[in-house]
Amino acid sequence: MKAAVIVFPGSNCDRDIQVALRQSMGSEPQMVWHKDADFDSVDLICLPGGFSYGDYLRCGAMSAKSPVMKEVIARANKGVPVLGICNGFQILAESGLVPGALMRNAGLKFVCRDLHLKVERNDSIFTSGYAAGQTIRIPVAHHDGNYFVDSEGLKALEDNNQVAFRYCGADGTVDLANNPNGSLNNIAGVYNAKGNVLGMMPHPERLCDAALGGTDGRAMFESLVAALS
Amino acid sequence: MSEITPEIVAEHGLNKEEYALVLEIMGREPNLLELGIFSVMWSEHCSYKSSKKWLKTLPTEGPQVIMGPGENAGVIDIGEGYAAIFKMESHNHPSFIEPYQGAATGVGGILRDVFTMGARPIANVNALRFGEPDHPKTKHLVSGVVAGVGGYGNCVGVPTIAGEVEFDPSYNGNILVNAMTVGLARADRIFTAQASGVGNPVVYVGSKTGRDGIHGATMASAEFDDDSDEKRPTVQVGDPFTEKLLIEACLELMQTDTIVAIQDMGAAGLTSSSFEMASSGDMGVELNLDQVPQREDDMTPYEMMLSESQERMLIILKPGKEHIAKAIMEKWDLDFAVIGTLTDSKRMVLKFHGEVVGDLPIKPLAHHSPEYDRPWVPTPDSKDVKPEDVKEAADTTAALKTLIGSPNMSSRRWVWEQYDHMVMGDTIQRPGGDAGVVRIHGTNRALAVTSDCTPRYCLANPVRGGAQAVAETYRNLTSVGAKPLAITDNMNFGNPERPEIMGQFVGCIEGMRDACLALDYPVVSGNVSLYNETNGKGIMPTPVIGGVGLLENADRLATVAFGAENETLVLVGESKGHLGRSVYMDVLEGKREGNAPVVDLAAERRNGEFIRSRIEAGLLTSCHDLSDGGLAAAVADMAIASGMGATVTKPATCSVPTTAWLFGEDQGRYLVSVADAESFLSAAKQAGVSAEVIGRTGGQGLTLPGGSTISVAELRETNESWLPNYMAS
Repeated sequence: MKAAVIVFPGSNCDRDIQVALRQSMGSEPQMVWHKDADFDSVDLICLPGGFSYGDYLRCGAMSAKSPVMKEVIARANKGVPVLGICNGFQILAESGLVPGALMRNAGLKFVCRDLHLKVERNDSIFTSGYAAGQTIRIPVAHHDGNYFVDSEGLKALEDNNQVAFRYCGADGTVDLANNPNGSLNNIAGVYNAKGNVLGMMPHPERLCDAALGGTDGRAMFESLVAALS
Repeated sequence: MSEITPEIVAEHGLNKEEYALVLEIMGREPNLLELGIFSVMWSEHCSYKSSKKWLKTLPTEGPQVIMGPGENAGVIDIGEGYAAIFKMESHNHPSFIEPYQGAATGVGGILRDVFTMGARPIANVNALRFGEPDHPKTKHLVSGVVAGVGGYGNCVGVPTIAGEVEFDPSYNGNILVNAMTVGLARADRIFTAQASGVGNPVVYVGSKTGRDGIHGATMASAEFDDDSDEKRPTVQVGDPFTEKLLIEACLELMQTDTIVAIQDMGAAGLTSSSFEMASSGDMGVELNLDQVPQREDDMTPYEMMLSESQERMLIILKPGKEHIAKAIMEKWDLDFAVIGTLTDSKRMVLKFHGEVVGDLPIKPLAHHSPEYDRPWVPTPDSKDVKPEDVKEAADTTAALKTLIGSPNMSSRRWVWEQYDHMVMGDTIQRPGGDAGVVRIHGTNRALAVTSDCTPRYCLANPVRGGAQAVAETYRNLTSVGAKPLAITDNMNFGNPERPEIMGQFVGCIEGMRDACLALDYPVVSGNVSLYNETNGKGIMPTPVIGGVGLLENADRLATVAFGAENETLVLVGESKGHLGRSVYMDVLEGKREGNAPVVDLAAERRNGEFIRSRIEAGLLTSCHDLSDGGLAAAVADMAIASGMGATVTKPATCSVPTTAWLFGEDQGRYLVSVADAESFLSAAKQAGVSAEVIGRTGGQGLTLPGGSTISVAELRETNESWLPNYMAS
């Protein structure tokens, strides 16, 4: 499997995902500077977390117009898997590769903590290593993760099973008490209609190493390696 | 008519004697630009004129020290060819006036001090002190400062892994925002500010220069009054996105063989950076101010030289390397301008629109800054509180509950969950432990970092308080299994022109020196913030210590969470029930009296070395140092962290009254859980370390002598609810 990590000015989880990919792939992912639209053909494109362009306009809005994103969009439309985490999810939403938008957290504060996610389905290349309905522990670290989509869009997402993860309690309960940011229907991650693009606010790459406090993120990268190798 | 009136001199914070020295150095009357330069260079903030005499007495050497004070940050050897570079710095005055930007730029400034030396920042720490919770400004300041620290650190992508937050009325008019950064570099790739090479280009990179922060260093060197809000325009505005680009661009440039010297533009901006570089290399410099990238129209030389716009660096390049540096800066969309050259004149010549607008000698200005031996009086001794004179708590469990739910003992989760403490993927001990710990990327070694100070001890007895602050960092690093290597200090005090304040400073330095010497734990960098007074009322003496330690084997990290049920709790160190200036007396008795606890430095070292040897051998299942709130608070922390209860029993041989035994704040102590108590106790005996069994882990509740059982869930709820409730109220 070959993977590329797109580095935008202000990306800061690029190394973290590089480490997680390296661990699961057993080889080096390619780090692609955002001005380099002409990067190698790869099996997976990752958009890392961070604060691209300082999040100064709207999170992800400027990166979505970056030269490299034209290429990412074209390849995604051809079916190349794309994973956007945190700021990467915001860029995907701003690019229109996944539906919806990420608004300021309902609590108006940055939130960094481990929380639980319910894996909605495991028939995807991203989640085959999990059980459907499994509860996993993954951290979030964001200021703007409040997922919103209009009511029609929400219905379509739910009807088409495009919700990838929902925030939940340790016992799997999906409710307001376990919603860290006000996201509609506790949505933590969504697929595009074809299922080859996943955007998620939580950071699976941060819990792939027992020394860091857990390994629940690892199955996502192993799933991708299994599907794309 | 003279351009420089006595009023103008006074506005620049220079007194008569200082101005006389200016005239002597210049050999003529300075113009306004030159006066402005003297003003910032000789401000307390930049010149350390009141503190220098005493700072010189601190131990700064050791086999682990690569570079001590005098550089942008201290550098220590951490083995395998790596160096840790770190420093703590205050941003107190700006944060009080504009909490978000003040705190944010404090973080930005300290990051630059570290990466300018060639280190990638790998951890941030901050020590925050606010006024009493009921003060009308406190909530607003807490919310702004925490958001500002997070806003900057989160964006640049450096984890904030440790810190402290304290409330006290003495900070009502002067909050303290002390930020520390730890960076990682190759030990043979350290960059300094020492300029050399006549004709070498002086290059400006980073953000453009605006009118923000003019005279910030002078403001930081004066007391506040009721009109302090009017000083808001002197607070800079941070741009963490540009800082992130600047970090990456500078580290990339440092990989090329192009840099002679590099210096961030911090307090006093272009002035201090160019002076420091030229002066440390004994060079001259000529700057063409027309070339300075400017954010606003019609800026004057005075404004450009004194601006404290953020995210700017000054670099001396090797000749002919401009194109390489320019290409890297352009890649990162940063400004790049050659603004001058090094000369052998030993003078700073400033040109603007083709004319010389300033011409100053460098060495006399930088080195002959005033140095004061300010009069000081020792702090009078406080009478000790005897353990038996304090009435026994009717219910020790209820007392514990009150204590851990009080403003200064409650959980800081609300704060650190607003900081990204995991980015960079190496945080193996998150906030909430005794010290934050990050792995050295790609290795199995790790750095532990903590910041500590107990100002109420320093107020009662500066010498003991100074020693205690150093010892507490030593203990916190030890508790996670790290060998304490060196410290940075951030000396926050009131007006040094008052002999009793100067006496606090002198006393704290004495205590710190004693502790550093006894623990082989030198000071490698530091910062002094004086004049923390409003309307003549000073803060408690607050010498915040940032400690850095090394774990050679990250797998041996010790944590405060109990390992397993039914293990033995052992208290290491002697318990005499010292309640003077304890949080128990403050919170439960409403009394702030007595003397600070003594720190027996020989025992401190012996106990620390013993604990570390046990951790290295894998013989402890948990470890926590005892500090505020004593044994009872420590065991509560451990129970909350593990979700497991414990039963505490006072040894039959112990003659200390139960309340004092549980809540006393004797120093040099640790609480550990062990599977094999017998061998632990015998090893302690052999090492000459006092150790006694005080209970067992297990169950869902915590039981104290003289009290009832409280569930761990209730402990946690009590401990974690105060701060969020306060901030929401």
